[in-house]
Amino acid sequence: MRHIISLLMENESGALSRVSGLFSARGYNIESLTVAPTEDETLSRMTIVTSGSNKVIEQIVKQLNKLIDVVKVLDLNDGRHIERELMIVKVKATNKYRDEIKRISDTFGGRIIEMAETTFTIELTGPSSELDAYLHSLDKAAIIETVRTGALGIGRGDRILKI
Amino acid sequence: MKPEIITGAEITIRSLQEENVEFVFGYPGGAVLNIYDAIFKQTKFKHVLVRHEQAAVHAADAFSRATGKVGVALVTSGPGATNAVTGIATAYMDSIPIVIISGQVPTHAIGQDAFQECDTVGITRPCVKHNFLVKDINNIANTIKKAFFIASTGRPGPVLVDIPKDITAETAEFNYPKTIEMRSYNPVIKGHSGQIRKAIDLLINAKKPMVYSGGGVVLGNASESLTKLVKRLDFPITNTLMGLGGFPASDKNFLGMLGMHGTYQANMAMQECDVLLAVGARFDDRVIGNPEHFLKNPKKIIHIDIDPASISKRVQIDVPIVGDVNLVLIDFMKAYKEVEKNYDKKLIAPWKDEIKKWIDIDCLAYKDDGSVIKPQLVIQKLHEVTKGDAFVTSDVGQHQMWAAQYYPFNKPRRWINSGGLGTMGVGLPYAMGCQLAFPDSQVACVTGEASIQMCIQELSTCKQFNLPIKVITLNNRYMGMVRQWQEFFYGNRYAESYMDALPDFVKLAESYGHVGMKIEKSSDIESALKEAFSPKLKERLVFMDFITDQTENVFPMIPNGKGLSEMILAEDL
Repeated sequence: MRHIISLLMENESGALSRVSGLFSARGYNIESLTVAPTEDETLSRMTIVTSGSNKVIEQIVKQLNKLIDVVKVLDLNDGRHIERELMIVKVKATNKYRDEIKRISDTFGGRIIEMAETTFTIELTGPSSELDAYLHSLDKAAIIETVRTGALGIGRGDRILKI
Repeated sequence: MKPEIITGAEITIRSLQEENVEFVFGYPGGAVLNIYDAIFKQTKFKHVLVRHEQAAVHAADAFSRATGKVGVALVTSGPGATNAVTGIATAYMDSIPIVIISGQVPTHAIGQDAFQECDTVGITRPCVKHNFLVKDINNIANTIKKAFFIASTGRPGPVLVDIPKDITAETAEFNYPKTIEMRSYNPVIKGHSGQIRKAIDLLINAKKPMVYSGGGVVLGNASESLTKLVKRLDFPITNTLMGLGGFPASDKNFLGMLGMHGTYQANMAMQECDVLLAVGARFDDRVIGNPEHFLKNPKKIIHIDIDPASISKRVQIDVPIVGDVNLVLIDFMKAYKEVEKNYDKKLIAPWKDEIKKWIDIDCLAYKDDGSVIKPQLVIQKLHEVTKGDAFVTSDVGQHQMWAAQYYPFNKPRRWINSGGLGTMGVGLPYAMGCQLAFPDSQVACVTGEASIQMCIQELSTCKQFNLPIKVITLNNRYMGMVRQWQEFFYGNRYAESYMDALPDFVKLAESYGHVGMKIEKSSDIESALKEAFSPKLKERLVFMDFITDQTENVFPMIPNGKGLSEMILAEDL
């Protein structure tokens, strides 16, 4: 099953490679991994999307906790949570398709951030599955380029990851 | 008092002194010249010059295994660090607390492909508990403090501190922190009391209880607590290769080692028990074989371990207890005493009868007509001659298994070997670490003619530091364990496992200034060992080359991927 694991770690050089190294060394999947400093500049927050059986996910969480630089780990799938991913897509937008692309983008809540002569660049946020659905709705041949951040997540209500 | 202003090299050395380091095992080089200059000017700890960095780390590792203190190694950048990697990985796999200080090229040269530069922190990352690159002289003392703290607490392990050369030449104030706190690192020490009561309840209601203890008991200094508890419960117990000595082998409840080359009784009892108490052990592949087969006989498993990640890693655990094994076992004893009156020991009498039948198979018996030296007999005689009280180090292979099987250990920290990584070449440097730590004790290095050649250069170090190690070489002119697998599983095709062109070990030992002995007759084993361990040779390293049976195999054996009860016994062939 797909899991979103969030963690806080000391904002030190090499911290990212400790996490990515752990995943490759132990043969765990990484679907996506994002990392950025938090409002407390000594801490980085990392979001990892991975998949595996419950047993594997349990091991992943334990092994992450074992890393010396990791302060706190939360498997968001243990409770209710919100997931968002940002995607920017560049599509072919010639005369007859311009309206259709705009209509599909509106349906998904996308925003056209650049209208060039023959292309549109669209920004879209949502759960990763929604971004997938958006891409499926477009004509495959029309997609020129996509870039995605990988999923971010946060617990609902009083489920928080903070020290 | 005004803080002293000293160089980074001096800060490094002073920090080691603050940690009461007795020995630093190392090898100098460009990036650590400043540190070596500071060592030259101090007398508080002794520097042991090895002949290869791998041996420096192994010796520091053995010093730690034998004493329980943190071992320290010092190597230079580039090849110094890469040579150390085997030693570091060996310590990592067996959770041994050591601190490795490595020199690095100057900070301005990092990333420039400078002479003797390598990404030491990157290379060692997967085989250390943690590592640091110190980029600011003001962080040296603090980082070394952290390194010792991390190495020695929780599940122990090696920690590397990489220090660029320019930092060691700068000057700064020296303030060694008294304590250290890390928000990201707080190992759980105390076991959960509810879980402990649950475990005791399971144990006293078991019909077929079994205790299985590993290296965690030795590392956690929990032998005494374990021994008291198991004796009081009167339960059968087995030790892993890493756990030997954690429970006295001479006790009637001890079933011997378990695992791939464990005893019949230990493996059968593990397989057939209904409640298993695992203490500081990790259910690894060489110990329980195939996990599905292991669970074919339903059992409740209680697991005490300092490392939460070791719990339910290979086998699902029913009652996990995370904590310091010694403290948890002390709590176990308290909890047991409260309910002891309800416990009827007759409950397990039939189980003990069953175990007795397995013991009677006498799985460690071997045929010996005296025509050729049997390696097992050498170990048994070594046990006799040393009165079972030597530090025994081993390399990796058949001789290692025979030492584990035929030299019963009654005390922890006496059996020093590479269990996890299985590193050939550790034996001699391990013996060095033990002999330096315990100069008046008997130290025997049980090895083979293949393994010993992997770090044989250390005979020179042994001469320089007058280490009277007794090297017991079981020389069968084969990489014995490789040959054994080739015999069993590869149709007797002995691909590259024959040791051709061996040196004359007697002359070799003599050329290093040691005593060499070649023993070819079974009847000479005892007298040769007695001579080697006699007062006459007390101050000398004796290299004993025992020419042993080439065809001898280690039994019992569980073929790879098979279950604990699927052992091959000597008589099966």
